[in-house]
Amino acid sequence: MFNLDDKGGRCTVVSERILNQWSTPVKNVVEQGAVRKFADAIGDLNPLYRDEGAAKASRYGRLIAPPTFSMTFDYGEIVGADVTEAGLIHGEQTFTFVRPLYVGETVWCSARLTDVYTRGGSLGKMTFYLYERRCADANDETILTERMTVIGKGGAEQ
Amino acid sequence: MTVDWHKGKELPVLTRGPVTRLDLVRYAGASGDFNPIHTVEEFAIEAGLGGVIAHGMLTMAYVGQLISDFAGPDSDIEEFGVRFRAMVRPGDVIICRGVVQEVMTQEVDVTRAKLQVTAENNRGETVVKGSARLRHVAAPNR
Repeated sequence: MFNLDDKGGRCTVVSERILNQWSTPVKNVVEQGAVRKFADAIGDLNPLYRDEGAAKASRYGRLIAPPTFSMTFDYGEIVGADVTEAGLIHGEQTFTFVRPLYVGETVWCSARLTDVYTRGGSLGKMTFYLYERRCADANDETILTERMTVIGKGGAEQ
Repeated sequence: MTVDWHKGKELPVLTRGPVTRLDLVRYAGASGDFNPIHTVEEFAIEAGLGGVIAHGMLTMAYVGQLISDFAGPDSDIEEFGVRFRAMVRPGDVIICRGVVQEVMTQEVDVTRAKLQVTAENNRGETVVKGSARLRHVAAPNR
C-alpha cells in the first residue's frame, strides 16, 4: 500500500467529484484475539476487553473493544482518491459512539473524503484531508462514526 | 446507581512510557497502521521528521484509557475527540489528565458529563488536547 520511494506523503487527488462518495462497505469481524492484541499494544488491562467472566457479569454481557479499536478496520477504497498514505500525519480524530463494539460481532465499515484543501504555513505547503468513517451492524444501524483529518506535505494536485 | 461527577473533578492521572520503538512496532502490528514514519528511521528522516514518531492514535488510546477508567463499567463514552498538537518520540513519557467541565441531566435517570482531556510529554508540552462526553443511565432502565 505504501510507496517507499514517495517521500514525505506527497498526495494526489484526482477530482473533487469524489468528495462525499462513500466507499462500498467492507465486512469486518471484531475478533477476540485482535482485541486482546490491541489492548496489549496500548497497555490497557481493562477486564471488559480480556476477561470473559468479568465481561459476562457486566451490563454488556460480553467482551467489548477499546474505544479506538475501530482504527483496525478496513473501510474500503474511496474510488478515485489516490492518496499516498506513507508520510501522512494525523491532525485530528473524533469518535461518536452509539454503543461499544462487541467482541465476535460483524460490522460493516465505509469511509468518504469530505474535504481536501491546501494551506501555506511555516513548513511550506500542507494539504489537509478530511474523512468521515462509519461502522454499522448487519441491520445498517450505526455503531460509531469517526471524523479524521490527516495532513500531508505539499499541495494536492486536482 | 448514581455517579459522582461534578464540575472541576479531576480524573486520576494516567502515565505511560517511556514510549519505546518496540511499542510502536507492536501498535503498528495490532492496529494495521504500517505507515513507515512510525517504524523505519531512514524513512522518517527522509520525510523530514527527524526520526520515527509515535502513532497519534497510540497517544489517543492512552487518553481513551484515562476516560474509560474514569467512566467505569457503568457509563458509556458517547463522544471522544482530540487534536494532535505535537509529535511523540521514542523515550517520551506521556502524562494524561482530564477534568469534568460540565455535568448535564436532561432526562430523568440520564446523566452526562463533558470532560476536557490532555496528554503532555515529560517536557511539559501538550501533545494531545481534546474532549469527551460520558453518559450514565441509572438502573434499572439502562
